Amino acid sequence: MNETPKPNSFRSGPDEDGRFGIFGGRFVAETLMPLILDLQAEWEKAKNDPEFQKELADLGTHYIGRPSPLYYAERLTEHLGGAKIYFKREELNHTGSHKINNCIGQILLAKRMGKTRIIAETGAGQHGVASATVAARFGLPCVVYMGATDVERQAPNVFRMKLLGAEVKAVTAGSGTLKDAMNEALRDWVTNVDDTYYLIGTAAGPHPYPEMVRDFQAVIGQEAREQILEAEGRLPDVVIAAVGGGSNAIGLFHPFLDDEGVKIVGVEAGGHGLDGNEHCASITAGSPGVLHGNRTYLLQDKDGQILEGHSISAGLDYPGIGPEHSWLNDIGRAEYVPIMDDEALEAFQLLTKLEGIIPALEPSHAIAEVIKRAPKMGKDQIILMNLSGRGDKDIFTVGKILGMGL
Amino acid sequence: MTSRMDTRFAKLKAEGRPALVTYFMGGDPDYATSLGIMKALPEAGADVIELGMPFSDPMADGPTIQLAGQRALKGGQTLAKTLDLARDFRKGDSDTPIVMMGYYNPIYIYGVDRFLDDAIEAGIDGLIIVDLPPEMDDELCIPALAKGINFIRLTTPTTDEKRLPTVLNNTSGFVYYVSMNGITGSALPDPSRISGAVARIKDHTDLPVCVGFGVKTADHAKAIGAAADGVVVGTAIVAQVAGSLTKDGAATADTVSAVSTFVRGLSTGVRSARLVAAE
Repeated sequence: MNETPKPNSFRSGPDEDGRFGIFGGRFVAETLMPLILDLQAEWEKAKNDPEFQKELADLGTHYIGRPSPLYYAERLTEHLGGAKIYFKREELNHTGSHKINNCIGQILLAKRMGKTRIIAETGAGQHGVASATVAARFGLPCVVYMGATDVERQAPNVFRMKLLGAEVKAVTAGSGTLKDAMNEALRDWVTNVDDTYYLIGTAAGPHPYPEMVRDFQAVIGQEAREQILEAEGRLPDVVIAAVGGGSNAIGLFHPFLDDEGVKIVGVEAGGHGLDGNEHCASITAGSPGVLHGNRTYLLQDKDGQILEGHSISAGLDYPGIGPEHSWLNDIGRAEYVPIMDDEALEAFQLLTKLEGIIPALEPSHAIAEVIKRAPKMGKDQIILMNLSGRGDKDIFTVGKILGMGL
Repeated sequence: MTSRMDTRFAKLKAEGRPALVTYFMGGDPDYATSLGIMKALPEAGADVIELGMPFSDPMADGPTIQLAGQRALKGGQTLAKTLDLARDFRKGDSDTPIVMMGYYNPIYIYGVDRFLDDAIEAGIDGLIIVDLPPEMDDELCIPALAKGINFIRLTTPTTDEKRLPTVLNNTSGFVYYVSMNGITGSALPDPSRISGAVARIKDHTDLPVCVGFGVKTADHAKAIGAAADGVVVGTAIVAQVAGSLTKDGAATADTVSAVSTFVRGLSTGVRSARLVAAE
C-alpha cells in the first residue's frame, strides 16, 4: 500500500467524487448514474435544511426513542477485572437495532424526492425490519431482498417484515446471503428507476451512500461522546464495534476520529478461522477490489471473483466492508481484528448471564473483543462498545448450535 | 491507422446495412466449446463479436447471463483464459472486431496496464465495462484510449440530454444504446421509441449507434436494424447455448450449431432491414 499523507482531520471525507483515499467511488451501470447524482444533490440540500433536520430529530426522539442510554456494565467489568466497560444501548431502539437511525433518514429523503416505492436488501433481517417499519410508518410499499439462506436462519425477522406489510423476496442466486440480496436489489433498481428508492442498509455502495448512511448513524457516536464525558468526565481509551458492512461501527467511530487518545477497533467476523474461505474478515484477510458500487476490501480469488464468506451472524455475512473503514485501516487510524464464531457464541452467553442483556450475534463479536482486551487494561481505563442490536432474532440459531430444544 | 472497428463499420455503411453484434459468454460451458462458438459467429453473419468476461456478481445481468457466467466460472474460466479465446480466434480471423464485455473487478485485479497490453496482443478492439461510468474514466477508459483500445459506452433511457455529452465524451468505436432500463434479457420495447432515441444520440456524435437489450428474433433484429447502425443480441444467443446443454450443464454435439443456426436467422433479419439512412 502506498503511504497516504496524514490528513488534518479524519472526518472530512469523502471528496466530491465520493472517495476516501483510493476507496469509495461510483462504480455503477450508466442507468443508475443519473439516480445517484440526483440522490447526492437531494442529500446535499436536505443536510443543510433545518426543516429536514428537525423532522429527523423529532422522529429520533419520539419514534426511535433517542438518545439511547450509555450503560455501565458493572458485572461484566468486575468479571473481567480490568477496564470499565460501557455499552451504547442501540439495541433498545425501536425495532431492536441501530438500523432504524439510517432508515428514518433515508425514507424522509425518499419522500422529498417523490419516490413511491422502497426497496432494500437485508442480511440478518434487522435492516429489512427497519425498512419495512419506516415504509409502514410513511405508507409506502416495500420490497425486501433477502438471501434464501438468511430467510431460513432469521425466520422471526421474516415474519416481522411480512406483518409490517413488506414483500420479502428470497434470493437463491449464489449462496443466498447478503451479497446476493444486494445484487438482486440493484437489478430491481435498474429496472424501476422512475418510482423506486433504494434504501441501502450499510455504509457501503456507490457515493453518496457511504457518507449519507454514516451521517445518519453518526448520532450514535455523537450521543456516546457526550454521555461518556458526562459519566466519566473524559473520553474512552478504546471504542469497539462489530463490522459487517460497517454502519454501526462508522456511526460510533466517526465522532471520535479526531480524538487522538481514543483507540478505534473494528471487529470482523472470523467465522471458522482465517485459513480457508469460511470467514468474512474483508480487511484482515481480503484485498482491495470493486464491488457493489465502491472500491473497498473484499474477499476474492486471484481472478477477481468474489468469494461467499461465512459467519454465524447473518448480519456480518458479507464479503466486503464500507469504504471508509478500508481507508481508516490503511491510514492506521483504526484497527480491525477478527473474532471467530465460537468466541462470539461464548460472549453471547456470558453477556446474557452477567448483565441480563441478550445481544445479537453481530455485537457479540464486539463483546468477545472486549472480553479479550479488558483484562489487559487498567481499572482506570474505559472501553466503550456499541451494543448495536438485540438477540431475540438469534435465539433459534444459538439454540440449535448449543443443542437446546426450543 | 484505421482501427478494425472503424473499417468494419465503414464497410457496412458502404453495403447500406446495419451491423449484427453478437454477445456470448467466454468459457460457457467450457473453453473449447466457447472457442467453437466464437469461430462460428462470423460465418453465421456476425459483424462484431462481444466476448463476455464472466464475473461472480453480474449486477446488471438477468438470470440467463448470470447462469452462463456461473457455468463458465465452474468450468475454470478466468480473465487470462478469456484473453486466450481472442488469441486463438485471431489465428483464423483478423478482420472481425472483438469487444470484451463485463465488470471491472477482474480487470482491476489482473492489473489495468498488464490487461491492456495483453488485450492488444490478443487482438481485442474494444471494451464495454458495465460498472465504469464516465465519472470513473481515470480507472480504465483513459488508459485504454491511450493504448488504442476503443471504450464503448452504454447509454440508456435515463441518460438525458444534459448528461449525453458526458457519456459520449471518451466514447469510441460505437455507442451502445441500451433500449430500456433494466437487466439484460428483458422484453423488447417499442421500436418507434428506439428510432427517436437513436436520432437523439446522433445529434451528439458521428459514431455508429448500436441498439441492444431485448432483441430475441430475426423480426426484432430487422425492426431495430431499420432504426440503428447495429443490432446487439446477447441473452437470446446465450439462451441457445443453455438450451443445448445436458442436464449437468455440459456441452453437446449441438451446442455450436444451435448458436450458428440462430445467428444465421438473425443475420437474415438484419440484412433485410435495408438501412437506407446510413449517413
